[in-house]
Amino acid sequence: MNQLEIKNLTVTIDDKPILKDLSLTVPRGEIHAIMGPNGTGKSTLAKALAGHPDYTVTTGEVLLDGVSILEMEPDERARAGMFMAFQYPSEISGVSIANFVRAALQSRLAEGEELDATGYYKKLYQKMDLLKIDRKFTSRSVNEGFSGGEKKRCEILQMAMLDPAYAILDETDSGLDIDALRVVADGVNSLRGPKLGILLITHYQRLLNYIIPDRVHVMYDGRIVKSGSKDLALELEAKGYDWVKELAPVG
Amino acid sequence: MSDETTVIDIDREKGNFKYDMKYAFDAGTGLNEAVIDYICDVKGEDDWVRAFRKKALKIFEEKPLPTHWASKDLETIDFDKIRYYLSQGQKAKRTWDEVPADIKATFERLGIPEQERKYLAGVEAQFDSEAAYSNIKEAVGKQGVIFVGSTEGLMNHPEIFRKWFGKVIPIGDNKFSALNSATFSGGSFIYVPPGVKVSHPLQAYFRINAENFGQFERTLIIADEGSEVTYMEGCTAPKFATATLHSAVVELVALKGAKIEYITVQNWSANVFNLVTKRAIAEEDATVKWIDCNIGSRLTMKYPGVVLKGRHARGEVLSIALANDGQHQDTGAKMIHLADETTSNIISKSISVGEGRATYRGMVNIPKHLKGCKNNTECDALLINSTSRTDTYPAITVRGNRNFVQHEASVSKVSADQIFYLMSRGLTEGEAMSLSVNGFVNELTRQFPMEYSVELKRLIDLEMEGSVG
Repeated sequence: MNQLEIKNLTVTIDDKPILKDLSLTVPRGEIHAIMGPNGTGKSTLAKALAGHPDYTVTTGEVLLDGVSILEMEPDERARAGMFMAFQYPSEISGVSIANFVRAALQSRLAEGEELDATGYYKKLYQKMDLLKIDRKFTSRSVNEGFSGGEKKRCEILQMAMLDPAYAILDETDSGLDIDALRVVADGVNSLRGPKLGILLITHYQRLLNYIIPDRVHVMYDGRIVKSGSKDLALELEAKGYDWVKELAPVG
Repeated sequence: MSDETTVIDIDREKGNFKYDMKYAFDAGTGLNEAVIDYICDVKGEDDWVRAFRKKALKIFEEKPLPTHWASKDLETIDFDKIRYYLSQGQKAKRTWDEVPADIKATFERLGIPEQERKYLAGVEAQFDSEAAYSNIKEAVGKQGVIFVGSTEGLMNHPEIFRKWFGKVIPIGDNKFSALNSATFSGGSFIYVPPGVKVSHPLQAYFRINAENFGQFERTLIIADEGSEVTYMEGCTAPKFATATLHSAVVELVALKGAKIEYITVQNWSANVFNLVTKRAIAEEDATVKWIDCNIGSRLTMKYPGVVLKGRHARGEVLSIALANDGQHQDTGAKMIHLADETTSNIISKSISVGEGRATYRGMVNIPKHLKGCKNNTECDALLINSTSRTDTYPAITVRGNRNFVQHEASVSKVSADQIFYLMSRGLTEGEAMSLSVNGFVNELTRQFPMEYSVELKRLIDLEMEGSVG
């Protein structure tokens, strides 16, 4: 039961099917990587799981620890334990990171209950140190004027603060230089544990040198066409994405 | 929509309740000379005040509604159906215990006595036409600071009052300043002696309780040379099915080197026409800062201004307007430069929600013969829905080449992606909207006194919660 189960999921945008009967299970405690060429539906999967209103689920089911989440609003899914690190996170002008994360944590408390400010800042600073984020960062507006690396680190910081049951990292490595990549990977690795299931979406194999996945799935044309151990990523790197096209079912 | 059967009417909004009152003094409906005489008689005013009021009535009757540039909605005000004077007595009490029970209960629910104990130097609480309570801390009074109602001001301190009354805003400035000059009652008269710095704010709270009523408070603040004072006003009214009118005139005089900060957080219910004229004169080295937060009302028309009369004078208007469904916030600022090296700063932020409409009107005037004058104008509008509307009319007239002007305007929209991002972190749609809107005004509210930025945030949260789902 302690797993994220995606069963026969078909998702459309403007009536065009993007995900086609996709099935995948990520147990807590494991990291699963999804690889695949551009335009194959990887980000659609992430956004559909998070509940983006532009994506319509036509068939299928998604169970979070046995509970169906497809009828839930994005905020309800988040409070149920789902987290998505965005490829392109939005800028929120005038809202500091400290206040943003605080509001997100506050939304998880019962009405009338107040977040303990001292405990909050202690945890925030601890996680920031872990991710090598400068303390001054907390007073900056969310994602406003951030470099690519800062945006991604900010996403991982939120993940660390919100303690999700399942995290989907959508192209977290894109736009990062090698040093930033290492910091982000260290952060993700430090959060790794039996309570957290991670779905790592990436175009490139290089991230998987730093975050070693338990399973690798290859996606093509809205489907998982091959699954295997971490070695699959290396095979894919060697053979290129043309190889997966041959694996796709005809039609 | 009659509330007659219930004694008290409560809604989720703090200000939306009323007590059924039997008023001891009631001028009846409609406006004519007899109503003016009634007001003068119950107040026991001198002949000069009576003459002033009657002259104003004539100007009010002659002036057309400014619908050639302002909203046609003004035409729906039925001046014959409004009650122009309602009170339980003309003399403000000095202790809360002497205030009639219902009125005291009203202000207790609005938290006024508590705020007074916590952080205010003085409080005036106006209920319909008259102040029910007015008092300043003993220490402040001993410094020679005067803080009383307008009637008390003109009777007990005529030597200061008459010198400035109607001088910053003449009767005929506009139709509504004329209306106020004819019917004014309540409001504050403040005098701060030279060099006195009032360390805590003075506060006035304007409460409308009656239906079909017009509140016409008149405020005059004089800060003598080198003095400093902060004045805050709050306003609420219950929700009525019919229109209520609030038409104040506020005149500020900052003499040489004085500083006045005037803060408004209004939270009128959606039936109130709020047509207010506010202007200040700043003498040499003086500073006047208007902080103006307009939430609620059906139509607000308000353009606080500063006449920069002396060298080095500085004027500022920082304003926030939130126009929800069915509301029109027509606000702005006026800066009239009359001396060298005067500086003005206008920062206006408006938020339009649903079919709400926000209008910014600015007037900045720097004549050719002056030098070293500066104006900075920034107006930013935030649209929440595709049906929301915003308009900007900045009129900046700068002549000569020895002055500096800077103007920036922006319109932004809360995007669906932004809301999705916030919701994906656990915030409800309403909380996501609130956070975006609070972020939008944050740069400005940081400059407000803490108590007021907290209150403003609470009001924005309430408005935004109600605007979704």
